[in-house]
Amino acid sequence: MENSGVTSVAESRLTADAEAESGARHLRAGLWRENPILVQALGMCPTLAVSNTATNALTMGLATASVLLASALVISSLRRFIPRQVRLACFVMVIATFVTLTDMLIEAFALNLHRNLGAFLPLIVVNCMILSRIEIMASRQPPQVAALDALGMGGGFLLALLALGSLRELLGQGTVFGVPLMPAGFEPWQVMQLPGGGFFSLAALVLGFSALDRWWRRAEVAR
Amino acid sequence: MIDSELWALFLNATLVNNFVLAYFLGICPFLGVSGRLESAGRMGLAVTFVMLVASLCAFALNRLLVMINAEYLALISYIVVIASAVQLVEMFVRKTSPALFQALGIFLPLITTNCAILAVALFQTQRGYGLLEGVVFALGAGLGFTLALVLMAGIRERLRLADVPDMAQGVAITLVLAGILSLAFMGFAGIGAST
Repeated sequence: MENSGVTSVAESRLTADAEAESGARHLRAGLWRENPILVQALGMCPTLAVSNTATNALTMGLATASVLLASALVISSLRRFIPRQVRLACFVMVIATFVTLTDMLIEAFALNLHRNLGAFLPLIVVNCMILSRIEIMASRQPPQVAALDALGMGGGFLLALLALGSLRELLGQGTVFGVPLMPAGFEPWQVMQLPGGGFFSLAALVLGFSALDRWWRRAEVAR
Repeated sequence: MIDSELWALFLNATLVNNFVLAYFLGICPFLGVSGRLESAGRMGLAVTFVMLVASLCAFALNRLLVMINAEYLALISYIVVIASAVQLVEMFVRKTSPALFQALGIFLPLITTNCAILAVALFQTQRGYGLLEGVVFALGAGLGFTLALVLMAGIRERLRLADVPDMAQGVAITLVLAGILSLAFMGFAGIGAST
């Protein structure tokens, strides 16, 4: 009797440790090793179009991350009540609700920004990154794990998008968040503001990322 | 006059503001399916088809929503209605034309609410296109998507024989190619009216 009580306490502590450990792992995975944009190449469609300035990229990244977090929390709490056969429809409904809310909030508080982003804000609904995280994590895990995973993935998404937006704005206009950073006499690279520049800078980011990751892995092995 | 406007709209959606190369929409299938020429063509056809269905649905639905004063429901209802309409059409095609179903088959469920599809519905509503304009816009967008996909597949089939640096394999080289294609498509700017 006593013995089993002790083991169960030890076990529960073990699982709690493992949970905390795996939570941290989830958080890290999204930010680096499984970064949605740079590694998985997911969810780029509606976001890249507005990555021409850092401000736009930040807004889009924040909107996407908060939609992901909110829908992950809701769906993970409801996961026992959603029938498997119609789960995708349910997920999309929840996501669409939060996207509509975000869209309205941005329209209410930042009308100019809303005009810049145009029809691309509602398109967050079909961001495949969100649906894939919901399907893989939130529909199977308890809310705290799902939230950590959503935070990690959303954060990684935001960072990658911000890096892309800053790079394009810096080279295309010589500014970041509207603050001039380039030396006087800098000739802006018009191409960076065009869609082609978006593809090129994303390719450069992906390349840089995989080079860095490879170097890091090698250093780890050497150690 | 009307005819030339529709023509301009069509060219604009196909070449000038190509969905993939100018708006970054439908990048996931663009990166995923554009490996082989044949599947790229079929995927493009399926997307065009679904875009037409989506455009018709969105037009009818928008009328209804405006009538009952509930435009804020647009996003949610578009997704549900387009997805179910595509399912219905899929069943109909399977019964009536097995050959067509064979050609489009596996792609249909995958693309029901692809971002390019939803974008057709949203852009059409936002720009206030009528029924005919909407259909022409959807057709142009779909053909533009097919064009980009097929071009990309052709390049990637050639690329298989090329010596690509190890690190640039996969996504990176495809993105660089897409960038070059996109720049090439900038040459079409100025054809058709800017909408």
